[in-house]
Amino acid sequence: MAYQLTINGQTHEVDVDGDMPLLWVVRDHLNFTGTKFGCGVAQCGACTMQIDGVAQRTCVLTVANAVGKNITTIEGLQSPQAVALQAAWVELQVPQCGYCQSGQIMSATALLEKNASPTDADIEAAMSGNICRCGTYSRIKAGIHMAAAQVKNAGGAA
Amino acid sequence: MNLQRLFGSKAGNASNSSNLSRRSFLKITAGGTAGLVLGVNLSGSAVAQSAAGAATEGAMEFNAFVSITPDNTVKVLIKHLEMGQGVYTGLATCIADEMDADWAQVVCEHAPANTEKYANLLMGQQGTGGSTAIANSFTQMRQAGAAAKSMLVSAAAAQWSVPASEINVSQGVVSHGSHSATFGELAVAAAQQPAPDVNTLALKDPSEFTLIGRENTLRKDTGKHNGTAIYTQDVQLPGMLTAVVAHAPRFGGKVKSLDATQALARKGVEKVFQIDTGVVVVANNYWTALKGRDLLQIEWDDTSAETRSSGRILEQFRELVETDGLVAESEGNAANALSQSGDVQELVFEFPYLAHAQMEPLNCVAQVNGDSAEMWYGCQSATGDQAAIAQLLGTGIENVKINTVFAGGGFGRRANPFSDYVLESVRIAQQMQGTPVKLVWSREDDMKGGFYRPAYVHKLAAALDSNGKPSAIHIRVAGQSIMAGTSMAAMMMVNGIDITSVEGLTDMTYDIPERQVELHSPTVGIPVQWWRSVGHTHTAFSKEVFIDVLARKAGVDPVQYRLDLLKNNPRETAVLKLAAEKAGWGTKELPAGWGRGVAVHTSFGSTVAEIVDVSVTGKTFKVERVVAAIDCGIAVNPNVVRAQVEGAIAYGLSAALADEVTLTDGNVDQTNFHTYRVLRMDAMPEVETHIIASTNAPSGVGEPGTPPIAPAVANALAAITGQVLTRLPLKLA
Repeated sequence: MAYQLTINGQTHEVDVDGDMPLLWVVRDHLNFTGTKFGCGVAQCGACTMQIDGVAQRTCVLTVANAVGKNITTIEGLQSPQAVALQAAWVELQVPQCGYCQSGQIMSATALLEKNASPTDADIEAAMSGNICRCGTYSRIKAGIHMAAAQVKNAGGAA
Repeated sequence: MNLQRLFGSKAGNASNSSNLSRRSFLKITAGGTAGLVLGVNLSGSAVAQSAAGAATEGAMEFNAFVSITPDNTVKVLIKHLEMGQGVYTGLATCIADEMDADWAQVVCEHAPANTEKYANLLMGQQGTGGSTAIANSFTQMRQAGAAAKSMLVSAAAAQWSVPASEINVSQGVVSHGSHSATFGELAVAAAQQPAPDVNTLALKDPSEFTLIGRENTLRKDTGKHNGTAIYTQDVQLPGMLTAVVAHAPRFGGKVKSLDATQALARKGVEKVFQIDTGVVVVANNYWTALKGRDLLQIEWDDTSAETRSSGRILEQFRELVETDGLVAESEGNAANALSQSGDVQELVFEFPYLAHAQMEPLNCVAQVNGDSAEMWYGCQSATGDQAAIAQLLGTGIENVKINTVFAGGGFGRRANPFSDYVLESVRIAQQMQGTPVKLVWSREDDMKGGFYRPAYVHKLAAALDSNGKPSAIHIRVAGQSIMAGTSMAAMMMVNGIDITSVEGLTDMTYDIPERQVELHSPTVGIPVQWWRSVGHTHTAFSKEVFIDVLARKAGVDPVQYRLDLLKNNPRETAVLKLAAEKAGWGTKELPAGWGRGVAVHTSFGSTVAEIVDVSVTGKTFKVERVVAAIDCGIAVNPNVVRAQVEGAIAYGLSAALADEVTLTDGNVDQTNFHTYRVLRMDAMPEVETHIIASTNAPSGVGEPGTPPIAPAVANALAAITGQVLTRLPLKLA
């Protein structure tokens, strides 16, 4: 059946089964391929999007349950936190194969938008649902700290 | 793969690769004879399309690796698969340095499958593996860059009527006195210059490098921070359908009966059919294909399937190491020395099957039209895959076009010696003539799909002299051969010995006068394959844990004990000393409840030492800090080298802590990341990597960081708990 979705501020109408996960609607029907498929059971975080500002695994979120929500994908990231994170990812050369990194950045963005100065423990708690088999974890952590500092400086905060 | 052994050269010896490199480069560039003009390829025959592809408007091709566009972009074709290890960056760095290009003007693209132009010079075929990308390309890429630069200089000399020898090239600008031009401005004229004989080109002395060895050279595999990088899973083609396959639950199982009625009734399912690997469901998208597959009713025939449990298989291996095996190495009479010694130390080690579990589950896009195929995927074995596809279609390799995209990790799995998932996708596309089909393995398909790092059992026994030093060592290894039955067997097996099963033991660097290594390679119906660092994944563990046990028994510091046995190996000595110094071995105190351990190992031409600090609470422990030192010859990009060591440690640590594939009655127990528990951020230690300064030719970087981590952790645990753990993954009693 037809569903209306609000993705990155735009309205999209799709005609799919209601039990189709949002991940596959976005990837296969709307051709936004920045969000990745890794496990299908909410164990790896590659499919992370923001749903009303909260990082969620969209491989287990049905399209029917995504209606009426503000959905943000890696393609629609705009917040100062997201921009700072992406800059830090480039500066620290975080990605290796890169396949998990959209999900990592989505989770990190959700973290920084709620917590301007996360500790290592905060970061581990927020990021341990995102697997990276290349082992870029230390650089991800450093990237989050770097972005947090950058956002604070830009905002003129003490 | 132990390519040093394969080619009979010592680790880090550059002469072999540079000779090979030069010969092949001459062949592919027809050096000194062929004029390179637009529309003429490197073998001299006229073609409409450049090797670089038609995508870049007006690209002038200088050779098989370098083209320049009028907008001043230097495009580099990368003959290896970029799967995270940094080949885009490393290979382009070598070219750009010799060209004196501006790093910002360089872009990379995967080369097409073309063995003649793009062979791995250490393998003789186009393929990525064995940590050889930089090692085999270092001279070749620099020659490609130097050749292009020479043509730019010649063109400028002609235009300005000045001697070529007086022309300066720096950061993408060619200049002489008041004359100055960018590469882009000279590209058309320069590409028409005769290609130089690469033998006449003087390559830079390391002191002249401008990019090689520099810290601030950013990676070229871009778009990974914003979702724009394209992987196989992201390939979209007009009219493309998606396929999933129901594989037999047990390895070797076949379809006995199939009822596809319900699956075919599902809206969006286009076709259901059988191929040799299972039952295929083709649908208009992945989710529908998966739902269709759930509706299949299949009865499996397990007559020729492997139905044993992994516990039973390991039991067989434990029995085997008590019996004589094929002799892989023998010096003196170790067995005799052991039987006569009054002081023998003996340990048995066990290693489970391991899945690669790369983040992007296996996938491949294929389109077949009669006897020709076009493919889009993260192709790691271009020559092997292209030949296998051509054979399946009964055609020539010229009818198989492979477009390579980024791979979401590989760790060995994508270079399958039987092209397993690649041929599966072609078989499906054959049934869907003219339609592009994306084959997608679910995570469960990938995890249960086999081609694992084989399980092994080792038995190590040493006779100790009066100083507690080993005077003889006798080693038996039991486990499946990776190479047997593959096209590489001829190269990688000697007298029935798969050298990858014993690498790291047969070439053990410790000075032990009498040595014997024996191998049992039983046949088991579980498909196996190389996994990041291949045989060293297990041999380094038993070697380094065993030597640590001997050190503690002798009452000698484990670093000092190793140094005493490495007197004839200055390279391992230097790396071990550097790691010990940086880690504060013997000087930096540990908090209460912490242990420190060490391991050193040489693989893929490089030596890595790792020192681990571990904290222990009851039966649980955490690896807190790893200090690594590496000698990999010239570090083309030190930042990439460090990233690879960090990643290799994480990958090996994952296996040390939790990774394990087990089977119950032939069924794989692990299905996804909730049961195959890979390393997550909360278990990642701080890693500090130190690179030995070197002017030797580059050696491997992607794999050598993996072997030392598990034994270093085990040794740290032994240091604090007294427990010697001989089974992976590590569990404290």
